[in-house]
Amino acid sequence: MSPSKPHHNAQDYLRMYRQMVRIRTFEDNANQLYLSAKMPGLTHMYSGEEAVAVGICEALRKTDKITSTHRGHGHCVAKGAEFKEMFCELLGKEEGYCRGKGGSMHIADQSNGNLGANAIVGGSMGIATGSAFSAKLLGKDDVTVCFFGDGATAQGLMYETMNMAALWNLPVIYACENNGYSEYTKTEEIAAGSITARAEAFGMEAFQVDGQDVLAVNALTEQLVERCRKGEGPFFIELMTYRYHGHHVGDINREYYRSKEEEQDWKENRDPIIRFRSWLVSEGIISEAEIDAMNAEIKDDAAAAVDYALNAKYPDVSEVDMHVFTDVTHALAQG
Amino acid sequence: MREITISQAVNEALAEEMRRDETVFIIGEDVAEAGTPFKVLSGLVEEFGTARVVDTPIAEPGFMGLAVGAAMTGTRPVVDLMFGDFIYLIMDQLCNQAAKTHYMSGGKLNVPLVLRTNLGATRRSAAQHSQSLHALVAHIPGLKVAMPSSAYEAKGLMKTAIRDNNPVVIFEDKLMYNDKAPVPEEEYLIPFGEANIKREGSDITLIATSSMVQVCEEAAEILAAEGISAEVIDPRTIVPLDEKTLIASAKKTSRVIVVDEGHQSYGVTGEIAGRINEKAFYHLDAPVLRMGAMDVPVPFSPALEDITVPTPQAVVENARKLMLGEMIHAA
Repeated sequence: MSPSKPHHNAQDYLRMYRQMVRIRTFEDNANQLYLSAKMPGLTHMYSGEEAVAVGICEALRKTDKITSTHRGHGHCVAKGAEFKEMFCELLGKEEGYCRGKGGSMHIADQSNGNLGANAIVGGSMGIATGSAFSAKLLGKDDVTVCFFGDGATAQGLMYETMNMAALWNLPVIYACENNGYSEYTKTEEIAAGSITARAEAFGMEAFQVDGQDVLAVNALTEQLVERCRKGEGPFFIELMTYRYHGHHVGDINREYYRSKEEEQDWKENRDPIIRFRSWLVSEGIISEAEIDAMNAEIKDDAAAAVDYALNAKYPDVSEVDMHVFTDVTHALAQG
Repeated sequence: MREITISQAVNEALAEEMRRDETVFIIGEDVAEAGTPFKVLSGLVEEFGTARVVDTPIAEPGFMGLAVGAAMTGTRPVVDLMFGDFIYLIMDQLCNQAAKTHYMSGGKLNVPLVLRTNLGATRRSAAQHSQSLHALVAHIPGLKVAMPSSAYEAKGLMKTAIRDNNPVVIFEDKLMYNDKAPVPEEEYLIPFGEANIKREGSDITLIATSSMVQVCEEAAEILAAEGISAEVIDPRTIVPLDEKTLIASAKKTSRVIVVDEGHQSYGVTGEIAGRINEKAFYHLDAPVLRMGAMDVPVPFSPALEDITVPTPQAVVENARKLMLGEMIHAA
């Protein structure tokens, strides 16, 4: 693990660990809901990438903004969301963050600065850049982090928005989660050249970091966030990580694009939670027993939230034409 | 009352709203010193500076996407899309992002942005700078669509659009920027969803949008000389649509022609005709006629281009036929 930072205390480390376990536990439950046919549609698992979302979001304030992706549960949890409202959203229930209208691929949690997941690959690059533009125009020192995958680097929108962000020194950090696969295709087959060089071409400082090392991700992000607040943005980070599940929960037989040995290697030797756990214990920050207790508590929380969501109400059918416009209660009644 | 051009009216509306609300900003290609190729924005950068009148690279999806994010986080962008034809470039950001954000977030996030763009053929600009694509965006739930037909509407609708908390697309007719109309000195707003009865009549209703309002007013003059009394109605916004006023007029006159510069097939004319059919059928003495632009890409040659859009003469001919009952067995 990276050396500890002097201003971090035990509470910070334990919160990071807790958040990573919360994400993993959330995903295990979401996967189970899919496998047991209790969840409408399907979903994209963040498991394996926890150190990325947590390392970054722990460097942000509540008023800082993020934009998320179709693989967005991790970002949502890391930015402060609650299990109950998240599971309700995944199941299309009224008490979900978006009253069941968005689902897994569109969870937004404005109260914590999450501007929403996006089901168009690369679709949120403009939104993140615009959020940074707003902050600058309004004289706020909020920073926006744009999460996206290696697959999104093939979209033209990324180059258009990075160009403008660099021209105008916007306080935005482009966080490329390189999990090695663009849907069912290896990244090396869809991305020519270097990913960080793409940002460097715009005169942007770009970094590559081990996305399985939460302390390394957090230390780098803290530096870049501070520099963004001083007007030195934008920045680009490529986070090297791995997706434990398939592209989505239904992508189960995947030997045609990657081997079980490769998956096993990442899970056993580079797991971000196992690594951080052993570091916490070896540093004497927490005991194995205390960690087991924390894990069990999170598991119980998630189970209770799932149970709550399964029994929660669906939205009333009269809500179907609500929220089309801000100022019209029922859009279809208007003509 | 003083008369000003559509160009001046839009400029005044933007300046007034930017003075009133410092979160309003303009973003697009050559909007600052150049004031756009149509010179509609001249003088604004001098008053509001480059922080609020923002020249962008030629990257329509990029600055449209940026505007969506800015609108979600406390500002009110007015996006300048130089030609309506470029709307194809920004479809994802406009229709998948801006239009759906409020709904997908269960009402938590708002996107108060205005997209200013234009429509209109016969400027000899050929197929990629002449289209009238308002029906494309009117099809998407979550977007409001305004179509000013004069300087008065251009100013009042723009001010309303900027204050609206939803994404609004305004289509100005690029051939009408220098057309003058009386515009009050004092402030006014035009509410969305209120049609304007431009001319009252009793024999036939001409429903017309944007520049087609002028076309229909001319047609109504000619028809009046022949003893046919035509009512001309401008919906002003096609989303929301003032269906009530349109239906009432259809019931009153019993004959309707809908005239719009978008392509005729699957367009605004068909939509309005359909609604009248559903709600005024038993009051009609003739089928509702659609007159849109020809279903061809806009040709360059003046000899060809001019016949692709509805003209006053064509409206008059169709009105005469409806009056004589010739269309009843047209099929």
